[in-house]
Amino acid sequence: MGKTIRVGSGSAWWGDRVEPARLNAEQGALDYLCFETMAEATVSAAQVRARRDPSFPGYDTYLDERMRAVLPACMRQGTRIVSNQGWINPEGAARRIVELLREMGHTGVKVAAVNGSLITDRVLELTDRILENGQPTSTLAPTLISAEAYLGAEPIVEALRAGARIVVTGRVADPSIFMAPLMHEFGWDPLDHEKLGMGNGIGHLLECGAQVTGGYFPDPGFKDVPEPWNLAFPIAEVSEDGSCVITKVAGSGGAVTLQTVKEQMLYEVHDPANYITPDVVVDFTTARLELLSADRVRVSGISGKPRTPTLKVSIGCTEGFIGEDMFFYAGPGALRRAQLAKRILEERFRIVGLQAEDVRIDFLGLNAIHGAATPANAPEPYEVAVRVAARTKTREEAVKVGREVDGMAVSGIAHTGKRVPHQDRTREVIGVWSALVPREQVPASVVYFES
Amino acid sequence: MKVMLQHVAHARSGDKGDTSNIAVFAYAPELYPLLVEQLSVARFKAFYGGAIKGEVLRYPVEALHAINFVCHGALGGGVSRSLCLDNYGKALSAAVLGFEIEVPEALVPLLKNLPEPA
Repeated sequence: MGKTIRVGSGSAWWGDRVEPARLNAEQGALDYLCFETMAEATVSAAQVRARRDPSFPGYDTYLDERMRAVLPACMRQGTRIVSNQGWINPEGAARRIVELLREMGHTGVKVAAVNGSLITDRVLELTDRILENGQPTSTLAPTLISAEAYLGAEPIVEALRAGARIVVTGRVADPSIFMAPLMHEFGWDPLDHEKLGMGNGIGHLLECGAQVTGGYFPDPGFKDVPEPWNLAFPIAEVSEDGSCVITKVAGSGGAVTLQTVKEQMLYEVHDPANYITPDVVVDFTTARLELLSADRVRVSGISGKPRTPTLKVSIGCTEGFIGEDMFFYAGPGALRRAQLAKRILEERFRIVGLQAEDVRIDFLGLNAIHGAATPANAPEPYEVAVRVAARTKTREEAVKVGREVDGMAVSGIAHTGKRVPHQDRTREVIGVWSALVPREQVPASVVYFES
Repeated sequence: MKVMLQHVAHARSGDKGDTSNIAVFAYAPELYPLLVEQLSVARFKAFYGGAIKGEVLRYPVEALHAINFVCHGALGGGVSRSLCLDNYGKALSAAVLGFEIEVPEALVPLLKNLPEPA
């Protein structure tokens, strides 16, 4: 048997649970532990926050919590870490990790920061058209907050080759975070699209954490998993030929089955034969899945096609505000009261001259989630929340939503339940657009630190 | 017999901007052809009754016994702009589980969690 590398997941998004990361670090016998902590608007939201709050360091707000949970076991067992917790400040994150390592008594540990994804100041020169609507990207100039290219695995591989035990990055395509260790360990060439197709496919299975081990999956009576409150994050045991076994720490809850692996394989995928990443174009239609034993699924046969000459760029823009609130009805006639409440709000929005790009008044319990897809014969609920939202150009307009919901307390109708408005009922909208940039225009750079 | 899709297949949705992909997976390989025959783009889109504003693309994946529906204009203008409480459309895949599908008698034993006839 050839060499096998064990790569485990430490998070699938910023708000993910920390305990399963600790479990993987302590009991996963991992060679690599990888963290994915960014959503589409993470970078733009971080830029907005950094402008307002000079004390915000610009990296994952849970960096300390996550690293304190996993560093002791990772250092003890020699598990390397690859993480995109750097957000808009990978060097800051690397410095903070160095501090934590010193605090724990680990000296001489090499930590790398991967820079280069942020191209805000150059994006309008480097890009041409907005992918979503075909307009020139220059139309975004007045509202532009931030732009970042999705880097591939190569700079992470460079850092690992230079001996980094921990690599922290800004925006890197999610599957690439998990594939970089495989490229490094097996010496895969960046242009070997067959190996990278498998590697990126494995990365895609791991990048959403528990979504392949029984999370976002159970449906009582149809798709049951043991102890769904005790889910583990996945581990891939990868062979040199690029095949792997998806599994998890024994004794944890959840399950790895053909079903969980299939669902994750197509998650956020468009054309399954052409899943475009910075490193390779993945083809999932050739995949072979085999259940070896409980919680062990062998994945092979994922293929790849040569990478594209471009990288995707995410462009975040300010796009106004959303005002929202809700109030409640219950008992016989809940829906008819909710319907009159909706009519009252529509009239009052007219009276106060609400200027909105879009207004939505839903009945939570009946149609707030599926909207127009709600069946006409859906049963009348016993309880209904009236949920009101409007998207506006200014915060002043967005505030009107909550103010008119306040009015429903004494100027509304019978049996209206309402929250006292402690919470902020307006928020900023950061719209995200995409474009393509020639890959040679976005060179990455790696900076090294040592504890 | 006619049954709800939830007895034939499971589903998961994912988001990218204003596009939701809703993937439908047969519970058994023998049930997959029913999806291919009966879950056409037109019927799928009509079932969502206006919740999908743009084009729907359909990708059957024989190897996974699955069909991936890529639904443009399904997320209220995009995850960050959407006024929907479920702005990522995480629950959107549940709607199709109510789609009615004709199952030949021979395949009925393969159906998942079918209620006992009254």
